[in-house]
Amino acid sequence: MLPSAVDALTAALAHVGNPSSLHTAGRSARRTVEEARERLAASLGARPSEVVWTAGGTEADNLAVKGLFWARRTADPARRRLLVSAVEHHAVLDPAFWMAEHAGAELVLLPVDADGVVELEALREELEGHPDAAALVSVMWANNEVGAVQPVEEVVALAHRHGVPVHVDAVQAVGQVPVDLTASGVDALTVSGHKVGGPGSTGALLVRRGLDLTPVLHGGGQERGVRSGTLDAPLLASFAVAVEAAVADREEHAARVGTLRDDLVRRVLDAVPGAVLRGPADAARRLPANAHLTFAGCEGDSLLYLLDAAGVEASTGSACQAGVPRPSHVLLAMGVGEDDARGALRFSLGRTSTAADVDAVLDVLPGAVERARAAGLTSVGV
Amino acid sequence: MRVLAALSGGVDSAVAAARAVDAGHDVVGVHMALSRTPAQQRTGSRGCCSIEDAGDARRAADVLGIPYYVWDMSERFERTVVADFLAEYAAGRTPNPCVRCNEHVKFAALLDKALALGFDAVCTGHYARVVAHDDGRRELHRAADAAKDQSYVLAVMGPERLARSLFPLGDAPSKSHVRAEAAARGLSVSAKPDSYDICFVADGDTQGFLRDRLGSQPGDVVDETGAVVGTHDGAYAYTVGQRRGLALGRPAPDGRPRYVLSVEPVQRRVVVGPAERLEVARVTADEAVWYGAVPAPGTACTVQVRAHGAPVAARVRAADDGTVTVDVAAGTGTGTDGGPAGTAGCGEGAGLRGVAAGQSLVLYDGTRVVGQGTVRATVSPAGLADARAHA
Repeated sequence: MLPSAVDALTAALAHVGNPSSLHTAGRSARRTVEEARERLAASLGARPSEVVWTAGGTEADNLAVKGLFWARRTADPARRRLLVSAVEHHAVLDPAFWMAEHAGAELVLLPVDADGVVELEALREELEGHPDAAALVSVMWANNEVGAVQPVEEVVALAHRHGVPVHVDAVQAVGQVPVDLTASGVDALTVSGHKVGGPGSTGALLVRRGLDLTPVLHGGGQERGVRSGTLDAPLLASFAVAVEAAVADREEHAARVGTLRDDLVRRVLDAVPGAVLRGPADAARRLPANAHLTFAGCEGDSLLYLLDAAGVEASTGSACQAGVPRPSHVLLAMGVGEDDARGALRFSLGRTSTAADVDAVLDVLPGAVERARAAGLTSVGV
Repeated sequence: MRVLAALSGGVDSAVAAARAVDAGHDVVGVHMALSRTPAQQRTGSRGCCSIEDAGDARRAADVLGIPYYVWDMSERFERTVVADFLAEYAAGRTPNPCVRCNEHVKFAALLDKALALGFDAVCTGHYARVVAHDDGRRELHRAADAAKDQSYVLAVMGPERLARSLFPLGDAPSKSHVRAEAAARGLSVSAKPDSYDICFVADGDTQGFLRDRLGSQPGDVVDETGAVVGTHDGAYAYTVGQRRGLALGRPAPDGRPRYVLSVEPVQRRVVVGPAERLEVARVTADEAVWYGAVPAPGTACTVQVRAHGAPVAARVRAADDGTVTVDVAAGTGTGTDGGPAGTAGCGEGAGLRGVAAGQSLVLYDGTRVVGQGTVRATVSPAGLADARAHA
């Protein structure tokens, strides 16, 4: 966590009080929450009244997909199509699949190109081919695995032309690329604390004024009845401080990690035969901290072990049930073959990453790939 | 050494890994995912296939402070263990899936991958002892706790794989000692129930599993004369030596219990008869594996044909083609081999009874495993006498 976020959290922890209570302690907590709300809104181009606190990005995504679908279908029963990009995070995809299975939604997965960027032409066809049938478009700001920044502006323009609201999961984008609710025209925007150096279990859905949203959590009526549940003032204060700091520092941070990332990618492609960069090669269309590579013939989990044993922490993609690695749905949607997709590694650079870290990766990666390839071959035989 | 500890999520593998850590090895925990669609929780005495088990394995690794990974072995497991299990039953044989898993998954795919990644050995919670000699030879021996001994299901791995295996529980005096050790180490799996059944048969109903996967193949149950004495829904569901569950409409003329003598899936026929017809004087096995020199013809040994059977005295002859023949002198056995569950009771001094093709034959010299093979054929005492008369 960012030191300033830790400070904000620990300072606020000393004060008890339920922000919904009217006594003095409650009012003090309420003030902490509302200051955090103003701070978060200001950082992301939203008004304070457009912030709905949630317990993380997953809850915000669920609220957006389910809440917008239900609100739209209630207003117009013909609108039951969910247009969702095929490379969304599971926090969007799984609610969308669930709505298709249980709530009468018709799910349309929007294809992406080989870089993982959503096909605008496909979105146009879906909107024009089924006029007045779409409830919602959900396209992430930037993909968490391959780093592809999505054409949010164009998606919004297309959707709004057909009167369809747009949800954008911006969990990966905040602090990496400029994110602004009002300027982007996005109707609902998911943000999360833990990706920007804030505490876990914090998040928010920024909901454009006037947009109807059916609640998913019912109870005490907090957050204007859209999201019930007692608010945790210290966590929210810390979350807002972290977002504010990440946004303020964004340009400098992006330039610094972008340079390191470019160096890492170039050197890995040079040093490791068969390494392929996935996602856009153009740095401007990619999250600056993200490097995603596949190593044909390797299993990602073998690489992970070998790198971890050598002190390098990377990840393969999203872990699934019982931690069993599966080829990433993002890579498969990009047209990457299942075997190549198994040998995927994502390196994320952070605030503490240095040129020495890049050197350390290059010291161990070529040998690890060679060894993982040998191990991959043994487990294919017989 | 760099040691890969296979963590099933049970108490044995957790304590085995802990002992490997104590021994000063550099240990990494790996849970093998054996099912593509794991159940959320364990059901009954099932082990090692649920998300709960994977979580328990991860927690054990946390407590031990070792890295933890899940390796997806589900495709290999389905292909070499589950498919083999079905094919063997469909062919009228009696497979042991734990033996196949050790042969094709644990001490093959898992071990190979571990070695390729730079590990020196694989450590499991099996109860068996490895005795290492100064000249580098390693012997596989029965566990100190005879009740938990698993050398029978491990024998199939052969000496090369044994050289890369650690069984830290081999000298444990009993399972309760292992549980106490787990509790003392703060391993939360210390009180977890043992698993007994076949892990991929969800509710322990093997016959139901076979029926679901192989379908109904009705046929006749006949006696030794060929007279039809009943019907069945699939010959594959029967095992040589089986007594219970035959559901024969009328009793044998002599009123004595009847047992399955043979299973003939092609003819869809199950042959039943009296207990003495189950006696086996000679067993031929193939794909023999030897630990050390192949024994000279006529070498005395003890043999075991099922996981919890008692050893029976025999003499062994090994052929160059990988087959091995053991002769059991009736009445000279060191005990009874027990017979499969719910099968012919064996009197004192009985030899082998109710041996089915497909079972694993393990040869011992005292506590030491000499070799292993898969049973292909058996000869009854009368048949052996005939063969000798004609020789």
